[in-house]
Amino acid sequence: MISIWEVNQAGNGMIIKCKKKSQASENDVVAEPVYQQRRQFLKQLGLAGVGLAAASPAQASIFDIFDSGKKKAHSQAFVQSPLKFIGSKDYADGEIWTPEKKVLSHNNFYEFGTAKTDPQKNAQNFKVEPWTLTITGAVEKEITLGYDDLFKVADLEERIYRMRCVEAWSMVIPWIGFSLAEIIKKANPTSKAKYVAFETLYDPQQMPGQASSYLGGNLDWPYVEGLRMDEAMHPLTILSVGTFGKTLAPQNGAPIRLVVPWKYGFKGIKSIVKIHLLEKEPPTTWNRLAAREYGFYANVNPAVDHPRWSQASERRIGNGSVFSSKRIKTLAFNGYDEEVASLYQGMDLKRYI
Amino acid sequence: MPVLTYKRMPYLKAYIHILAIMPLVYLGLAINADALGGDPVQAVIHFLGKGALNLLLATLAISPLAKRYKEGLLISTRRLVGLYCFFYATLHLVAFAWLDLGWDLGLFLQELIKRPYIWLGMVAFIILLLLALTSPMCVRRKMQRNWQKLHNFIYLAAVLTPVHYYLSVKSGWIEPIIYAFLVILLLSSRRK
Repeated sequence: MISIWEVNQAGNGMIIKCKKKSQASENDVVAEPVYQQRRQFLKQLGLAGVGLAAASPAQASIFDIFDSGKKKAHSQAFVQSPLKFIGSKDYADGEIWTPEKKVLSHNNFYEFGTAKTDPQKNAQNFKVEPWTLTITGAVEKEITLGYDDLFKVADLEERIYRMRCVEAWSMVIPWIGFSLAEIIKKANPTSKAKYVAFETLYDPQQMPGQASSYLGGNLDWPYVEGLRMDEAMHPLTILSVGTFGKTLAPQNGAPIRLVVPWKYGFKGIKSIVKIHLLEKEPPTTWNRLAAREYGFYANVNPAVDHPRWSQASERRIGNGSVFSSKRIKTLAFNGYDEEVASLYQGMDLKRYI
Repeated sequence: MPVLTYKRMPYLKAYIHILAIMPLVYLGLAINADALGGDPVQAVIHFLGKGALNLLLATLAISPLAKRYKEGLLISTRRLVGLYCFFYATLHLVAFAWLDLGWDLGLFLQELIKRPYIWLGMVAFIILLLLALTSPMCVRRKMQRNWQKLHNFIYLAAVLTPVHYYLSVKSGWIEPIIYAFLVILLLSSRRK
């Protein structure tokens, strides 16, 4: 693995700024295997809490009754910082945004629990600094990014997108991020790069859903998603680092996540640590669990129903209360057909779900 | 000597009323306080559905418990609990048709035909409806032996509902499996 230091020394015009040595975190300056060994050692000592968040509420046990005061001190809300961006583009035709409160409290992020409100409850102590994201595989230049680098890959831009969940509900969300293509281009993909695979952090200590199959819905961890190369390079495909003018909340996939607005939400993998370019279609998490129900492409398509429910319409999560919920017609490619339909010319979308 | 006497029964029934209504009060307050997360429609539907399933299991648990503890009078609470089960199931269905589908009858019929989990739920609901309609004493007397035959269909409803639950969620089979296990336990306790 080439570290960020070497990338910069190579003088390849990367705009990724090098951290000052004083800011470098331990895993930047220590070789990876050594760092892992040390972590393992700390874990064995039961000291993994050193520099990491303390036990999350999901792991709370009956014994917490005795130190509820202590627990309170740990369950402070995650702090999102204001984020500067250049320009804002509305790709949702002026539709009303989903209130921030609902974007923060209604999440599918099984690493923190399967109930919609679990991620907000269980992710508040999630540690995003330090963070390491690597771009590897069929590239000429492997890239390693630290936490600060995530915000400097390219100019940050606000994009207002519709988000359609495979469970037939939807939101309108102002993301902040940059086109995935920007970072892929910097890695110089080789001719073998036909697909892009993404991987979420695997850390059962911080992510209680990975530690307990009851809480995490029995998925195979780490969560893996993938795109075909042309989908990944499409300008609508972004890596998001923020929402509502701030850095991402952990329940929304902090510090960096994928957003592909014409696909079902589960393609938008969260808290990414690895981007890997490869020749073959990567096996992806939901597809492995139930291929008939969750295809690799997962393009929003009102004409192809989920085997167990209809995809023809969706419940828009907007301003209203329970009694003013709105059911609207689902659009082909979630309304982005003009931009992306050409990617799938000649493909039978009833077969390639 | 049994704990339950004719004198004590009204108190027990009052407790049952309170226990069965309390979750609805909670639900009402939670809706009012906007405390059901980002998609309260789904939360309301699931809450009511699970309530109906819990009450169905409670109904089935009454006669084994009465036998086990020799509390014959306990049986007389079964109709009450069963009717509350029907009440929750009705609210569950109304919540689905109203809050989710917005009374779109066409969409409802379409969903009904195409989705196994919806027609499984509908079959269970129709069974509960028939049992509720035939629950008054005078109807029971008129039906004579047919009453018991009809009311044995509660076992079918008890088998269908955990399947209905399992098929309606994206993933997470553990809770439906627990329910299925409890149903099997309650049904097997009836074998002589």
